[in-house]
Amino acid sequence: MTAVDNTFNLPGQRAPLVTGKADYATITQDVCAIAEQHRPPRSWYIAFAVSVATLGVLGAAIVYLITTGIGVWGNNSPAFWGFDIVNFVFWVGIGHAGTLISAILFLFRQQWRTSINRMAEAMTIFAVMCAGLFPAIHVGRVWLIYWLAPYPNWLAMWPNFRSPLLWDVFAVSTYATVSALFWYLGMIPDLATLRDRAQTPIRRMAYGLFALGWTGSARAWHHYERAYLLLAALATPLVLSVHSVVSFDFAVSQVPGWHTTVFPPYFVAGAIFSGFAMVITLAVPARAYFGLKHLITPRHLENICKVILVTSLMVGYAYSIELFTAWYSQNPYESFLFLGNRPFGPYGVFYWIMVTCNVVIPQLFWFKKCRTTAWIMVVIAILVNVGMWMERFVIMMSLTRDFLPSSWGLFIPTPIDIVMFIGSFGLFFTLFLLFCRYLPVVAMAEVKTVLPHGHQP
Amino acid sequence: MTAHATPAAEESSERLCGLLAEFADAPALVEAARTVREAGIRRFDSHSPFPVHGIDGAMGIRPTVLPWLVMGAGVAGAIVALVMQWWTNAVDYPLNISGKPLFSLPANIPVTFELIILFSALTAFFGVLALNGLPRFHDPLSQSERFRRATADRFFISIDARDAAFDATRLRGLLEGAGATAVETVYEAPTAAQIPPVIYLAGIVVVSLALIPPLWIAKDRRSTSDTPRMHPVRDMDDQPRFQPQADTPLFANGQTMRLPVPGTIASGDLRDDDHFFRGTEGEQFVTTLPPQVQPVTLAFVQRGRERYDVYCAPCHGLAGAGDGITSVRALARPDSPGWVPPLSLHSLGVREQPIGKIFNSITNGIRTMPAYNAQIPPQDRWAIVVYVLALQRSQNAVLDDLPPEEREKLELRDFRN
Ligand code: HEC
Repeated sequence: MTAVDNTFNLPGQRAPLVTGKADYATITQDVCAIAEQHRPPRSWYIAFAVSVATLGVLGAAIVYLITTGIGVWGNNSPAFWGFDIVNFVFWVGIGHAGTLISAILFLFRQQWRTSINRMAEAMTIFAVMCAGLFPAIHVGRVWLIYWLAPYPNWLAMWPNFRSPLLWDVFAVSTYATVSALFWYLGMIPDLATLRDRAQTPIRRMAYGLFALGWTGSARAWHHYERAYLLLAALATPLVLSVHSVVSFDFAVSQVPGWHTTVFPPYFVAGAIFSGFAMVITLAVPARAYFGLKHLITPRHLENICKVILVTSLMVGYAYSIELFTAWYSQNPYESFLFLGNRPFGPYGVFYWIMVTCNVVIPQLFWFKKCRTTAWIMVVIAILVNVGMWMERFVIMMSLTRDFLPSSWGLFIPTPIDIVMFIGSFGLFFTLFLLFCRYLPVVAMAEVKTVLPHGHQP
Repeated sequence: MTAHATPAAEESSERLCGLLAEFADAPALVEAARTVREAGIRRFDSHSPFPVHGIDGAMGIRPTVLPWLVMGAGVAGAIVALVMQWWTNAVDYPLNISGKPLFSLPANIPVTFELIILFSALTAFFGVLALNGLPRFHDPLSQSERFRRATADRFFISIDARDAAFDATRLRGLLEGAGATAVETVYEAPTAAQIPPVIYLAGIVVVSLALIPPLWIAKDRRSTSDTPRMHPVRDMDDQPRFQPQADTPLFANGQTMRLPVPGTIASGDLRDDDHFFRGTEGEQFVTTLPPQVQPVTLAFVQRGRERYDVYCAPCHGLAGAGDGITSVRALARPDSPGWVPPLSLHSLGVREQPIGKIFNSITNGIRTMPAYNAQIPPQDRWAIVVYVLALQRSQNAVLDDLPPEEREKLELRDFRN
């Protein structure tokens, strides 16, 4: 299965979405084989061992944090938020591309999504899990986290529904729930395929349990397709709302550099930007590794690169508008922050890394060579994610220098901060590797409908 | 092919479930579905690895009600969210945030929006399961080895034997005529795979055990007891320490509370200046102001007036005549036996006092008047003393006290009219 170039665009001719000699049987075979192999290749074990070890370190750090208190982080006054919230926003942002691919592209009938949506949705869910971890442990006394929920209690108190932080609780938990439902609903037919191919009773029972007794009945497909469409239609505004609400955490406060109306669209664009970069980072190795090059074709990757380019321009626009507004408003605090402290202050170097990675480097995607060469796009994608992490860090550090110079301070991460950030990748990759090992990584039922003969009635 | 396929001998012992026909591709399936429907069969279904276009029309599937359910759920989500936010933050526990309205739509939109989505999505998901009768873990069709490819690459039509127009021989011919590549009869196996009773038993035990903690908590919360409530997370309630009055093994004298080293004086508490802090010199009350408040400025007297109006006027009256509002009201009440009216500060006994004694009366109180040293710092007490002197002077002034030009103004006035 060699990579066929399907990145051309000829008027009146549709580039094939799936290349090679793919039919229902081969697609089923190719995708299921990944989950059915008795012994995955050695490289999977190595990757899994590294991920689990990192996850273990994360777990130890969390235990240490919970038993000792959040003083083990570098957070202080005035930097009440540090790596915890930086990582939270970073991971939530990454999650957004999955929903974008699965829901928004579905609504726009962009059928090229079918090969990558399963993987992207898995990425969403695992990223949201990593994201949810940080605010959950940053409350300090995690065993009282249920205080966030509005439930009748003997304190006779209710949460403050006018606080963006509470909106965030609702937005992120709704997002996690809906993405998980969407992912699982889409997977039911494929789990049934795995059940029906199972060779051992245990596999048959495990997959059978989660396939819920799906038999591909036309009457079931009828309700199913409508439910899938509805979930896509619900997830689309949801994903836009989630990062808008995340941005409210900042924009609704008074802190210079946070209190701006550009934040919601700017955050959403940044989220899509970083999420698509993560899709590239995951999909390029995965397709090579699992022999899925004919399903996840160069055209898919090129499309993603184009999305990255566009969202990079949006993010760059937001950066320049921030600078313009700071100058044009003549607000001394805003001007100080954007024109002085951010680019040239103590965290200036991170600002310039951010600008380079997010605005300058993605411009390489104007060249088709960069959009079609696997290693170039992976390097760019990783740099984009570095840049996007820096963006959140730079925004967070606005806290260290606000209105009163007497209350200025510095944030310096502790080793625990750094270990936890790295550890969150352990969590992410452990889940992702397990997903690749046991679940259908490509939405088989959906890909079958975009086969050249799948359209015919 | 399974053992349940057709042998006539077995048929009698197993219940007939229906017919299963296999087709090679989607178009053949759609055509066959149409044929079956036109033959008057209603209890039939087709199975395919992916949704086949046009099958709904061919099978006569009516549009699903799911969108209406989801819409209902969305409306419910909106109502629940708005009522919850209004009731909790504006009615049950009014939460004043910077004086903003307790309930205002803009601030309540995000949560409302999220709940609309959450309710709708849950309904879409559980709705599709319910409408499809899922989960269903036992299906006679799963007896057929062939049918396993329905989720991979083959297309099937199944006809339920309970259909009024079911006739195995006729339908077999019909399906084969419609292009079926294979047709088989499906039976309900007499011994359908059963979950072993051990697992049921274990399940019941696990569920019952799992119910104990919540029930225990519920009982603990509902009932009264003379021991403290169960409190799993101690948090700040749990602060191990010795009570001040209790004894301790830590110190030789067994006393928890530590006494300061003899002669210790807290910083700022020395107060060794009798003149300033007590208004005395030796045994005598002073007759002069302490050097700290000299020379007396107009601002100092005004400060004294302001403090006097706060601390003294309620009893002694604004002019010091002993007619403050507290006293006036107390005297007006028939039920105030034993009320000692405050002295007029202009009475001779007070006017002749050395100023140190007035200072002392403020500082330590006198007879029924309470002490004010806790409320009023010494500097302000002296300011009040100075103002009291000014009041006394104002009430007992003679014409000669006025400066000449003021006097002239007075003398020119004719008081007779
Ligand atoms: C709660 C009411 C009350 C307030 C307030 C009060 N006094 Fe008095 N004061 C009294 C009463 C009552 C007496 C008379 C005590 C007695 O004869 O038992 C008194 C007596 C006095 C006397 C006469 C003491 C003497 O030697 O006979 C002076 C001087 C005096 N007050 C000054 C003040 C000044 C200055 C203030 C403000 C700091 C003040 N009082 C505030 C109730 C009050």
